[in-house]
Amino acid sequence: MGDALLNVRNLTKRFGGLIATDGVSLAVAAGEVHALIGPNGAGKTTLIEQLSGAMPPDAGVIRFDSVDITGKPQHERVRLGLARSYQVTSIFGKLTVLDNIVLAVQARTGSSVSFWHPRDSETRLFDEARRLIGQVGLAARETALAGTLSHGEQRQLEVGLALATQPKLLLLDEPMAGMGLDESERMIGLIDSLRQTVTVLLIEHDMAAVFRLADRISVLVFGRIIATGDPVAIRNNAEVKRAYLGDGAAT
Amino acid sequence: MWRALPLVVLALAIAFPLIAKDYGASYYVSFGSRVMIYALAATSLNLILGYGGMISFGHAAFVGAGAYATGVLLVEGITSAWIGWPAAMVVSALLALAIGAVSLRTRGVYFIMITLAFAQMAYYLTVSMKAYGGEEGLNLPTRATLGFDLDLKNDDTFYYTVLVLLVVTLVLLQRLVHSRFGRVIQAIRDNETRMEAIGYPTFRYKLICFVIAGAFGGLAGALLASHGNYVNPSLLHWTQSGMLLIMVILGGVGYRYGGLIGAIVLLGIEELIANYKIVWLAALLPNYQQHALLGVGLLLLAIVLFAPQGIAGLFARPASAGINRG
Repeated sequence: MGDALLNVRNLTKRFGGLIATDGVSLAVAAGEVHALIGPNGAGKTTLIEQLSGAMPPDAGVIRFDSVDITGKPQHERVRLGLARSYQVTSIFGKLTVLDNIVLAVQARTGSSVSFWHPRDSETRLFDEARRLIGQVGLAARETALAGTLSHGEQRQLEVGLALATQPKLLLLDEPMAGMGLDESERMIGLIDSLRQTVTVLLIEHDMAAVFRLADRISVLVFGRIIATGDPVAIRNNAEVKRAYLGDGAAT
Repeated sequence: MWRALPLVVLALAIAFPLIAKDYGASYYVSFGSRVMIYALAATSLNLILGYGGMISFGHAAFVGAGAYATGVLLVEGITSAWIGWPAAMVVSALLALAIGAVSLRTRGVYFIMITLAFAQMAYYLTVSMKAYGGEEGLNLPTRATLGFDLDLKNDDTFYYTVLVLLVVTLVLLQRLVHSRFGRVIQAIRDNETRMEAIGYPTFRYKLICFVIAGAFGGLAGALLASHGNYVNPSLLHWTQSGMLLIMVILGGVGYRYGGLIGAIVLLGIEELIANYKIVWLAALLPNYQQHALLGVGLLLLAIVLFAPQGIAGLFARPASAGINRG
C-alpha cells in the first residue's frame, strides 16, 4: 500500500535471544481505525514503543506520511503528527486536568524557550485545552488534580494528552485497560468520534470493542503479523482462531 | 500573612548595615554579603535541583569557574565589574553547557556521580594552573570596580550591590518558574517520558536549564572572588558542592526562597557555633567549636526527619497534594 499513512517494513527488535518484533510489515491507511490484537507477550507494546520512537528498532524502516522516521526522536515524530497513549497511565498527577492538557497544547503552539512572560496569561492555550477536555468528556473535572481522578477518568485524560498534540495518527495502547463497562462504553464512543479526523492504531484486549471499532485488524503472535484483514475475515481466519481467538472468543 | 514576610526580610536586609554599625559590629556586614552570595549560588542550584529535578553534585565547578574568571581578569588588569562579572557568567555557562551535554544523558545516581566527577576534574585543573597560583590560589590586587562613584572596596557598597543582584536573581527565577519554560522544566521533573511523548525535546530543555543555573552560579563565584579578594581551588572542591546541596535541602528543594533560607541557616549556625561559646557544652566537650559541621549534621538530620520539605516547606500553605508552587 503505497499511500498508507503509516508504512512499516520488516521491523525487527531483539532482546538478547528473544525476538520481540520479528520482521513486522504493517500499513495503516489514512482515516481507518486499525486494531492490533494478539495474546499477552506477542510484542504489541514493543511495537508501539518503536513506532512512537521511544525504542530504536534493530532493523527495518518506518515511514510516516511519506517521511522515513526510523531514526527520528520521539518528539520530532510527535511534531509530524504521530502520538501515542500509554497502557500504564502516564499523566502529570500533581497538575490539574486543565494544566495537563495545556502542556500538550503548549508543545505545538509557539516556542517554549520563553522565560519571562507568565504562561498562565496565554488564554488561547487554555481555550484550546478546554475544548479538548470537553471532547474527552472531562469538562466537569477540569480543575481536579489529575492524580485524584478515578481510573476511568485518568484513562480519558491519557487519551486526551495524546489527542492534544493534534495527531494525524494516534497509537492507543490498550485505552480500555482496567475499565468498567460504563467507562469502556464511553471510551469506545470517544474513539468512534475520532474516526472523522484522526487515524487510529488501536491495541486492545477487549474483543467486543475491537470488532465494533476496527475497520481492519492485524493479528500479532510471537512478534509476527499472522493476518491482516477486515473484522469478518479475521473472525473466520483459521490460523487466528487457533493462535489467539479460540473458538468461542469472537462471539 | 506569610506573603508580606519576604518584604519584611528585604527591609531588614536593607537596614542591616546601619543596625550593625550602631552596635559596632561592622564585621557582620561582610558576613551578610557572604550569606547573600551563597544564597545566590544555592538559588541557582535550586533551579536545576528543585524545579528541574536534576540532582547535580558539581555545582561548585560553576561557582569556582566564575570566581577564577573574574580573578584572572583582575590579575590581568581588567577591573571593571561590568566586564568581569558577565565574563564569569559566560565562562560558567559554557562550562555548564559542556558538562550538561554529557551528564544529562544519564539519570539518577549516574547523573550525581558524573557531575561530581566533572567538578573534581575542574578542581584539579585549577590546582594545576601554576600561572594563576595553583594550589595556593590567587590573591587579587583589588576588588572589581563599578563606576558611578560606587566603591566596592567599601563593605556597605559591596553589601548593597550583592543585595541588588540577589533580589534581581530571585525575581528572574520567579518569572522563569511561571513562564512557558518553567512549566516545561517542572513537568519534565515530574514525568519526562510523557513530556517527550507530547512533543518536547526534553534533553534540550534540561540543558538550557542547566546552563542558566551554571551562569548564575558563575555570578555568585565572581562575587565571592571580589568579596574575599582571593580565589583558590577549594572553591571548586566537592565539599563546596555538598554544602550548596545541604543549603538547598535545608531551605527547601523547589521553593523560591529555599536557597536563601538554607544559606542563612547554614552559615548562621556555623558562625554561631564558632563565635559563641556555650559554657556548659564547652565543659563537656572542650573542642566542640572546632566541629561546627557536627551541629550542622544534626540539624540536617532533624530537617530530613521532621520537615522533609525543608524550612520553606514549613511556611508554605498546606500544598494541595504537595505541589511545589515555587
